[in-house]
Parts: sequence; structure tokens; C-alpha cells
Amino acid sequence: MTDSEIIGRGQEDGKRLFKDWFTGLTATAETGEKAAYVFVMGSLCELLRTFDLPVVFPEINSLQTAVRKTSDEYLNLAEDHGFSPDVCGYVKADYALQLRRGEHPMGTIPPPAVAVYTNACNTYIKWAEIWERMYDVPIFTLDVPGSRGAHGVALTGSDFQSDRRYVEYQLGELIELLEGLTGRSFDIDRLREVLAVTNDMGRSWRRLLEINQGTPAVYDSMMEGTIFLGVVNALRGTPEGARYFADLVEEMEYKLERGISPHGEVPEKHRLIFVGVPCYPIFRRFYHLFSDWGGTFVGSTYLWFASGGFNLEFEYDLERPLESLAEGLLLGVRSAVDSMLFQDRALIEAIDTYRADGVVYHPIKSCRTVSTGLADSRRVVLEERDVLCLYIESDMMDKRVVSEAQLKNRIDAFFEGLDSRKIRLAGGLAGAEEPEGAGEVGAEAADPAARD
Amino acid sequence: MPYAAGVDVGSTQTKAIVVDESRTIVGRSLIDTGANVVSAAERAFAASLQDAGLEDYEVGFVVGTGYGRYKVEFGDAQITEIVCHARGAAAMFPGTQTVLDMGGQDTKAIRIKPGGDVVDFCMNDKCAAGTGRFLQSAAAALGLELEELGPTALRGQRPVSISTTCTVFAESEVLSWLARGKRIEDILLGVHRSIGSRSFGLLRRVGIESEVTFTGGVTRNEAMVEVMNDMLDTTLNVSEESHYMGALGAALFALERVPHGAASGEEVRA
Repeated sequence: MTDSEIIGRGQEDGKRLFKDWFTGLTATAETGEKAAYVFVMGSLCELLRTFDLPVVFPEINSLQTAVRKTSDEYLNLAEDHGFSPDVCGYVKADYALQLRRGEHPMGTIPPPAVAVYTNACNTYIKWAEIWERMYDVPIFTLDVPGSRGAHGVALTGSDFQSDRRYVEYQLGELIELLEGLTGRSFDIDRLREVLAVTNDMGRSWRRLLEINQGTPAVYDSMMEGTIFLGVVNALRGTPEGARYFADLVEEMEYKLERGISPHGEVPEKHRLIFVGVPCYPIFRRFYHLFSDWGGTFVGSTYLWFASGGFNLEFEYDLERPLESLAEGLLLGVRSAVDSMLFQDRALIEAIDTYRADGVVYHPIKSCRTVSTGLADSRRVVLEERDVLCLYIESDMMDKRVVSEAQLKNRIDAFFEGLDSRKIRLAGGLAGAEEPEGAGEVGAEAADPAARD
Repeated sequence: MPYAAGVDVGSTQTKAIVVDESRTIVGRSLIDTGANVVSAAERAFAASLQDAGLEDYEVGFVVGTGYGRYKVEFGDAQITEIVCHARGAAAMFPGTQTVLDMGGQDTKAIRIKPGGDVVDFCMNDKCAAGTGRFLQSAAAALGLELEELGPTALRGQRPVSISTTCTVFAESEVLSWLARGKRIEDILLGVHRSIGSRSFGLLRRVGIESEVTFTGGVTRNEAMVEVMNDMLDTTLNVSEESHYMGALGAALFALERVPHGAASGEEVRA
């Protein structure tokens, strides 16, 4: 296989699969078939696929309006209908999308026949209530008991087993709902097939995260990672998805063996970790603000909390599919929520394993859930590791609060600091260390006579 | 003898500094930036050369900084003012661990290592409340010159409460206090404390470690210095050169880059 045959294949295939997925949704909308609305954290795709229900991810639809420079149209329409500028941009874009009868830059989005979601995000619940009122469709909240555990959750113990039974019971209720909606009986063997494929995808995902610990990193977790995330959610539990990620791992291992960085000829200079959700209204320019300085996002919390638990060392047990599905939900949702609450611990571990030089925090106006606590996390990381941290604020949807000049100024200063530190650590530039008596610059300068 | 220069094109004023190989400031200038940023950079540089008695070919390297750094078209490199203020502050006050830079539209809190490496920084976002522009609005509302603000505020005894929400609203807030019969001195002291509280919040985000060096144009306002000393319960490093700190840092970076080995690594001449 040659470089040209394999390098970039994942990006191209990802874009094609994503486009095909939207084409499929458009066909569903045109034929009036039923579709299920789900969210990325605890999507329950595995169960929905056993009923052959097409899944719609409103979060993905919304972010695509921003990537495709149309989010302002949707946000303005929702705000015309009374939504505050402070409300989540994803919710507003979706609400406007419904008003526009599914009209979307990628095709037509079918309306929901059912909405299935967990309590991973408090907005999910109120969001689904909008569809319930608009379409008079059933909505199903799967209540996942929280753990608030900084160091992860064990699969053992009476509390966990009790929580697992609670979730499994709710899955039973959901199955009844889906049987009534589709007129089909639940097929547990079909669920086994879907779970097996999902396990394959999960293994590939974890290998993908692991590969970028190598030097140089072979993909940018923010830019390419967003494509990977789109596919991993949209095609979760499908053979196409499993094949895509197997191919992607092959491509990335190929690049790793040959030391091929994501920036092509530009060598890797600074290894960074991204925290939060990217700035989609100026996505490519946002990426270049970092890549032009030789910054590569070797890791991203986005690839953890939005991957549906694939970042965890967990596989479904096909001998007890429903029980295992409940376990996966518990672990995945808890991890997604806890990874926001205890981000500092996970970040410190990632700084070590990815040998990162810096951490970029990007809180967003639209989402307090993913933005809360980032300032505290930054303080802890700075105390515990010798890295530089950058804290920049904008939004993932609303370009009205994106100030590129201010972003650039802060990002430039961050990289100047990284450059300077690298030079110092390498024992580089003479004078990088301020010499003794440097203060005398001031002393002389303050004395006009010294200027003569 | 090699010389180097730093040109700091700020939103309100443009500053230029020329240093010699012993890191002594030999020329400086300060002009209003105005609408033509390119011209402001050129004029400030020319004025600093004149102050130093030098011709431009004698300056081996020029670093542009500030928001207009990419408009320093004759410059050899651009470095953000965040890093330049840190470098200038560390050079002038070697014990500096925290820098507060208060300029026309930006206030920055910067934590640094000895030598001036930036560890962390934080700036005002989306709003100029808590910056020099806030003082300009207050001066306009009260019909005072900028130079009068500090001395007037220092005569205040019972500062009024001014919200820190918005620079534009601050003007109407000042007028409303006037209408309620408050003394100008007390209103102005309230304005200064309002700005101080914003800056204090930024400083807390990066962590306040002594010594704290105060830089930027607002350092010329003695009431602001006193308010910050009071809030931080310390004496800020301030000098006549504080206004030029970004340009000085840029000039020191430039000196490191002057071809044929400038003396930046050598001992500083006493």
C-alpha cells in the first residue's frame, strides 16, 4: 500500500459515511418513516438498532449548522420565538430546524417518532420536552444514578449491582415502548449482534486514542477527532462503523510507523490537550490558530465524554446482553459526567501518558455543563504539572460571541511561552535566562542621566 | 555598537523604546495611535530614534508588539504584548512574579517565572470595563482631563458604588450619582475602586504572588496605584517606565536577535 492510498483515507471515508448518513435521514424524512432522537452521551443506539429505527443526533445536526456557517440563521429564528441568547445553542438550532420542517445544510432531518435519552445532561430532559409538545410523541428518560467518583467506578459492589438492576429495569420499560411504537418484538439475538459490532468499534476507538501517545502524534484530536466523533456516534453499532474504525486504526498505525504527523511536512512542535468543545463557527480558522504554530492536539476531552463510553476499558458481555448494556450505560454516562467534574485528575494522567506540553481550556457560553469548573481544573493542573495552560472563551454555535482578534492574541502569547520554554529547556538562546542584575535596566532607565 | 528597538502599538497610544547592547534605554517615544496604525508605528519609531540620536540603519532588530504589532511593517518580528510586558517587568523588577498591565482596552494579569517566562495569564473578555477606557468614559462624563482623574479621586473620602458591568453604562451611572448630589471626588474614587475590583478578580485567577509589578498607561494614574496597593495589601512595583514596559520587553527580545551576537546574555552593566 502506498502513502497516497492510505494517508487521509479516514478523513475522506469519514466525510463520505457522514454524508451518506444524512442522505439516509433525508430518505427517512421523505418516506415518513419513524426515526428516534438520541444524544451522544448515553445514546442507546444499540437497543434502537435492534428495532431498525434510524437514529437522529440533534447535537450533531446543530453543530453541523455552525460548521457550515448557517447557525446564525437558526439561532436568530429560535430567539425570534422567545429563546434567550443564553440558552444552549444546540437546543435553539434544533428548535429552529423543527420550525423549518427539518431543513438542514446536509439534507432533511426527519421529525422524531420517539426521543430516548439519559440524564447525562440536564438540558436533554427539557430539550426532549420541546419535541413532546411540538409533535405529541413519547419521550423516554433513562435515569442513570450518578456516582461522583473521581477515580472511576468499579463493576462490582452491592451499590453498583443495585444501580445496574435499576437501569436494566428501565431498559425493559423502553423495550416495551419500542415494541409498541414499531409493532415488532424485541429480538435479543439481534441485540447480541449489535453489541458485538459495538465492541469492535470500542476496541478500535481505544487503540486510536492510544496511538496518538506516540511521537509524532498522527492525527489532530480536535480537527480530525471531530470527524471520528461524528462517525462513532452516527454509526455506533453498525458493521459500516466497525469497518471504518478498523481501517482508521490501520491508517494511523501506518502513519505512526513512518512518523507522519497530521500537519504533513510541518514537524510536530508542541503537544497539546484540548479541553471542551471546539469553536465550530470558525472551525478551520480556529484550528489554524494552533496548527500554524506547530501545535497538535494529541488528546482531547471531547473524544472521551462524547464517545459514548468508548474511552473506557469496557466490553459488552454477549452472554448477558441486557444486563451488560445496563452496565455500559452506567459506566459511560457516569464517566462522561465525572470526567467533567473531575477533569483535573484525568488531565494530569493524560499529560503524562501523552507527554503534553500544554493544555488548552475552551469554555463555551452555550454549555455550562462542559464549562463549569475549568478554571479550577486549570489551577490544579498548573500546580501539579510543569505545563502551560491557555484559557480562552467563545462558543460552539454562536459567532456573535466569538472574537477572533482576542482569541488570536491569547493563543499567540501561549505559543510564545511554549517556544520560549522549549528553548530554555534545550539550553538554547543565550540570554534566555535573565542575567544577574537585570533590574538595572530599570534603574538606569529611570535615571535620565543614564541615557546620555 | 548594536542597538535594538521595540514598538508597542496599543489601542490608545504607541510607545517605542531603543536599547543599546548593554540594555540601557537610549531612546523612547510616546504618541497617540489614532486611526492610522501603520503611520503611528513609523512615527513612534522615528521619534525614539531622534531621542536616541540614531539613524534607523543603526538599529539591528525591531520587534513589534501590541494589538497593532502586525502593522509595524518595518519590524523584524512580532511578539504579543503579554509576553513583552512580562519580559519588561522582569527586567526592570527582577523579583516580579505577577504583572498587572492596565492599558486602554485591555487589562491583563500575568504570572511569570524569574526571567519573565509567562506561566499563566488572564485578560478582560468581551468588555472594556476595568480598563483605561473606563476611566476615559468617566472623565468624559465629568468634563475632566485624564490627568485630573487621579488627583481628584485621591481627595475622595466616601466612594460611591459603581457597577463593573459595562463601560458605556458607567457613564450614565456616573451622571446618576452626580444628579443625586454626590461629590465628584467620591464618584471618581468609586470608579477607581470599580476598576480595581475587576483587576483584582483577574489577578486572583492567575494567582497573586509578590512582587507584583504594575504596567501600562494607567500606572500614571496615582489613584489607581493607591487603590491597587490597598486591595492587594502590598506596594506595587511602579516606575516612570511602567507605561513603556511592553515596548521595553519587545526591545529586549529584539536585542537577543540582533545579528552578530548582541550582548543579551552578558552581565548587565552597573
